[in-house]
Amino acid sequence: MTAQILYAFITVILGVGGCFGYFYGSNWLLDKTFPANANNDASAVRNLRIQGNIRPWLFLGPAMLLLSVYLIFPVIQTIYLSFHDRAGDQFVGLANYKWAFYDDQFRLSIFNNILWLAVVPALCTLMGLIIAVLTDKLWWGNLAKSLIFMPLAISFVGASVIWKFVYDYRGAGQQQIGILNDVVTYFGGDPQVWIALPFWNNFFLMAILVWIQTGFATVILAAALRGIPEDTLEAATIDGAGPFKIFYRIMVPQIYTTILVVWTTITVLVLKIFDIVLTMTNSQWNTSVLANLMFDWMFRGGGDFGRGAAIAIVIMVAVLPIMIWNIRQANAEQKGH
Amino acid sequence: MLKRFSLEPSRIALNLAVLLIIALWTFPTAGLLISSLRDKNDIAASGWWTALSSANVNKKTHLKDMVDQVEKDGKFTISGNVFEGADAVSGKVSAFGTKVQAPGENAAGASAALDGGQSLVVNPDGSYVLSSPTAFTADNSGIRVFYIASQPPRFTLDNYQTVLFSEGIGRSFINSLTVTIPSTIIPILIAAFAAYALAWMKLPFRGLIIAIIVGLLVVPLQMSLIPLLKLYNAAGTFMGAPSKTYLGIWLAHTGFGLPFAIYLLRSYIAGLPKDLIESAQIDGANDFKIFRRVVLPLCFPALASFAIFQFLWVWNDLLVAIVFLGSGPDQLVLTGKLNALLGSRGGNWEILTASAFVTIIVPLTVFFSLQRYFVRGLLAGSVKGG
Repeated sequence: MTAQILYAFITVILGVGGCFGYFYGSNWLLDKTFPANANNDASAVRNLRIQGNIRPWLFLGPAMLLLSVYLIFPVIQTIYLSFHDRAGDQFVGLANYKWAFYDDQFRLSIFNNILWLAVVPALCTLMGLIIAVLTDKLWWGNLAKSLIFMPLAISFVGASVIWKFVYDYRGAGQQQIGILNDVVTYFGGDPQVWIALPFWNNFFLMAILVWIQTGFATVILAAALRGIPEDTLEAATIDGAGPFKIFYRIMVPQIYTTILVVWTTITVLVLKIFDIVLTMTNSQWNTSVLANLMFDWMFRGGGDFGRGAAIAIVIMVAVLPIMIWNIRQANAEQKGH
Repeated sequence: MLKRFSLEPSRIALNLAVLLIIALWTFPTAGLLISSLRDKNDIAASGWWTALSSANVNKKTHLKDMVDQVEKDGKFTISGNVFEGADAVSGKVSAFGTKVQAPGENAAGASAALDGGQSLVVNPDGSYVLSSPTAFTADNSGIRVFYIASQPPRFTLDNYQTVLFSEGIGRSFINSLTVTIPSTIIPILIAAFAAYALAWMKLPFRGLIIAIIVGLLVVPLQMSLIPLLKLYNAAGTFMGAPSKTYLGIWLAHTGFGLPFAIYLLRSYIAGLPKDLIESAQIDGANDFKIFRRVVLPLCFPALASFAIFQFLWVWNDLLVAIVFLGSGPDQLVLTGKLNALLGSRGGNWEILTASAFVTIIVPLTVFFSLQRYFVRGLLAGSVKGG
């Protein structure tokens, strides 16, 4: 263990030192090769221009290399693999996609993913909006928001343990130690194995993500709410608008874009949801989602990279519209500068 | 302003509503924390929400039998303590009785008259005296006594001791730190340089590069896993090294974190005043110098925001860790370990709750101490077009 700490420490020094070394070294080399204080003005100007052409690429180099190796190359490779067999050697055309289309497990995963997409972003945004509005006028609103925000720092696995404890089941007649079953039995119901209830168990898993992500929605939306001019709200109050009318006629339209951003951010997250399903049910009891199915195919029986890749492409295609929208937004913003 | 403190019904309702939501939100975590501090038998016996109140437990025990009797002044007594014995509990006796129908018939300390002129006193501390005018025989000794004891809440750090030192959580904690710290530091530097270049330097294809980075922001991690796994296996075979190494996961987390890092830092650095950069240029500083002397110190808040994000993301990650690291004790990180425990120790809540709390204590500390930067990064990262 000491060796590991030492090893980690040394590699941190080496890695960070290496980074510094690269940036200092390459810039030093550039300054030396094309000196800006050359003998005559003509060559100094020329050298400065060359420096200006090369230096940005020195700055960008490591980032571009890493992005290429870890994101761009894999995306292309995954597209390629999705048209090939399990080992990635034989071209099989659309066979992997065809398999997916007829596979029950895949259909179930798609169905569950759609269910997640329909419920979680909407619920998080709605809860976030309600909490943001409610806490806005409270003197202890910030404390309240912190507490609701807190689960965002907790890992999905940690959250799963927390919620597995909430959902814990003991046979009828025994003392329930899971709070949900205790409440249910208190009101005269029968204790249930919540995470094994067909179909409804999906919602008990979704509750975990809603619990985590509502804080995110709350903080973003609260900031947007504070951006609404006080005059607008006062004018509405003077005109006799009640709190509900102010909420959906003034507040919601004013922060509409932010609501959309929150919604899409959570949507992207939901599309990739993996940890919660793995730790809560490991895809049992019909809770499988695409990312978990893909993970299974990566490793099951030595792995079928073709099918795994095809599932990854399906997730990617679902994200694509959001990606395009983001890029257009960013471009518009740049032109605005 | 005055309105804030008024006691209108609507204000009260508002406060209550928010309180209710907060209770709902914090209850699950509170349950975890409280349970992790309870005795493992208590966790299995009663809900964690009862942990803070002294629990009244109904117990029964057999008093000592005739061999322990003492004769004094023609009276025979048997004395002992109800809390001695195999499944004894500690606490305070509030009442006792000898009939199953009425286990709390007599208050503690009072004398209860039994058959054959015997009398029994059970004191609050559990000590009892059974006395009789005649010698005890096999028939009338060793009798059953019921009592109601109130147990004070018991808290212990035993569970933490168990998980840290014998369940391997301690080791995984070190592994998590080994993964997280380099994976947080390395991308900061690389991203900061790239962000500066994209914000202030003249270069061709700048718009295209930015567009690609924005696009990469939402690329699902799943897209990268299979090709990278193949690449790592090939590289491992080629160099005769294991394919699952810490170096491999640091680079992977760096690569995955870069789009957000560059995006966040670029929008911050691009927002710095133009005059600042231009006056430095007029003074003859080149971009490397400007970056080091002017930009880097100024963008500390953005760097801190990103560092917190990356730290939380890497610390909490499970998928990348189980793909790129082995499952041996020398490489299993906390999230992976916790997932493994959920499988192998599914019913042992004392192990699970304490382990889970160890894994979440670090991110919670980071979160509560640096919340300001965290929120700022969140706002910058998602509201501005992302």
